[in-house]
Amino acid sequence: MAKNFKKKEATILGIALMLLLVSIIIAVGIGSVQFTLSQTWQTLIGSGKDADNTILWDIRIPRVLMALIIGANLAASGILLQAVMNNPLADPGLTGVSSGAAVTVLFIMLVAPEFSGFIPLAAIVGGGFAAVMVYAWAWKKESGYTPIRIILSGVAVNAVFGGVIGLLSILYSDKLPAALQWMNGSLSGKGMNDVLNILPYSMAGWAMALLCIRQANILRLGEQAAHNLGQNLNRVRFILSFVAVFLAAISVSKVGLVGFVGLIVPHMARIIIGSNYKHSLPLSLMLGAMILIIADTAGRSLFSPLEIPAGIIMAMAGGPYFLYLMRKGGA
Amino acid sequence: MLKIHSLYIRYSDKTIVNDFSINVEEGEVVSIIGPNGSGKSTILKGVTGLIPCKSGQICIANQEANLLNNKQISKLMCMLCQGNVSPVDMTVGELISYGRMPHKKWYERMDAEDFEIIEWALMKTGMLNFKDRLVSSLSGGEAQKAWLAMALAQCPKVLLLDEPTTYLDIAHQLEVLDLVRSLNRELKLTVVMVLHDLNHASTYSDKVCVIKKGSVQTYGRPQDVLTQELIRSVYGVETEIEQLPNNARPRIHVLHKI
Repeated sequence: MAKNFKKKEATILGIALMLLLVSIIIAVGIGSVQFTLSQTWQTLIGSGKDADNTILWDIRIPRVLMALIIGANLAASGILLQAVMNNPLADPGLTGVSSGAAVTVLFIMLVAPEFSGFIPLAAIVGGGFAAVMVYAWAWKKESGYTPIRIILSGVAVNAVFGGVIGLLSILYSDKLPAALQWMNGSLSGKGMNDVLNILPYSMAGWAMALLCIRQANILRLGEQAAHNLGQNLNRVRFILSFVAVFLAAISVSKVGLVGFVGLIVPHMARIIIGSNYKHSLPLSLMLGAMILIIADTAGRSLFSPLEIPAGIIMAMAGGPYFLYLMRKGGA
Repeated sequence: MLKIHSLYIRYSDKTIVNDFSINVEEGEVVSIIGPNGSGKSTILKGVTGLIPCKSGQICIANQEANLLNNKQISKLMCMLCQGNVSPVDMTVGELISYGRMPHKKWYERMDAEDFEIIEWALMKTGMLNFKDRLVSSLSGGEAQKAWLAMALAQCPKVLLLDEPTTYLDIAHQLEVLDLVRSLNRELKLTVVMVLHDLNHASTYSDKVCVIKKGSVQTYGRPQDVLTQELIRSVYGVETEIEQLPNNARPRIHVLHKI
């Protein structure tokens, strides 16, 4: 019986990978100049027309790859936060990690643009600071951490950073338009150099996330049981949180605030493949990538020539979908 | 096997465990009993390092616990807490496999020996037929046995149980305690458990440690320790103690509150 299960999970992961590839090819073809599948394919393998080559390689592919990377990052960040906070509601958006990262990024963009080279680092510092705040406020000496206190302090921390973002936007409203696209979670105008810039960090983050699987799995038994199984709880918390913050922060530094990916994707993955992180984490990476590709493609094609940032699409579609999951008992 | 000397545990400014000392020999079953809030569970949590102790010495299998890290402790001693929950889709086999984690470095995978130990733990707890069942589909007693099997897979020398019979009906309570006793006898496993039921403590333990307000009131064999006066002073309850002829364990009948 155990062997059948493994086969089933490998099949699901295989199907997810194929669907991801299909969604990439379709998304690349959609836009103001429509490509048929065969045109896309011809161009991809290098025998397309020059004009098609330009559109595809300079505009569409970097953008779709960006959506793939950011989606995978946010999904992995969300699933790790849910594991370490022992809370199905945890995600980089709701716990303030994303907005913490956004505050420092926005500060550099508006106040000290000469330091824009430090934006990724600043995002990690801001996100890390937010995570430390969440833990610090949720901690009580008698009972340690409880899931409910972590989420409440996350909501509060998120609100404070949201306020700071609002404050910065008003104080520096003259410089805001440049930052506005970024703040809404837009993937437009991303080139291949942006992709190559974030890819190594993301791949490092994914590798680290995959290395956290065993710890995340043991945490499923509860913190007391994890302690009795020889886990150093504080170290495990730090490592998992760090990886989650890292992945969310580098994403925020590139594309701003994209919510709900980190919240919904792990839920979908668990419903499809079960709660074992050995399976749900890889599936989350793929599903996250796929969903953000779909959201971004929808955003740039639904009201064409107007473009809706992927972050707005995710919020509008993700919120109701999450409520649906919750009512169905998945959450 | 387990020596605790002068243990103090405080929550903010309240002393919960106050100069607690006990010496548990190898192969003994010791029950810790006492009223609610007397610090029973806190003692176990302090011993495993789940909560910090203010002062005191703990010695497990002749090794100073202060000098061991959590992973080393978890190879010597396993504690089963109350109210364990597992994910709804976790099988018994998977749950038990986590018992091998203390013996694995973070990059090491399970090998043939680990799977043998898992099978052995299943067999010892009578759970072989449940290996592929979901823990969430088991009855309370069966689930508790699955957790005990996980503890066994950890291959500890000392097993700590925090109210192992809570939430179980009387038949399952006896089943779990019988299992604990047989594991103790067959494997020479040293057991320290927190119990509520005085008759369980009397029947299933070699020694009983009665605590009140965080310190030891008395410690010894049930037939020597469990007296009317003691129960009156610790619980404020009047009892009648029946000495059964065929076994030396006293049976306690609760009469009324003073």
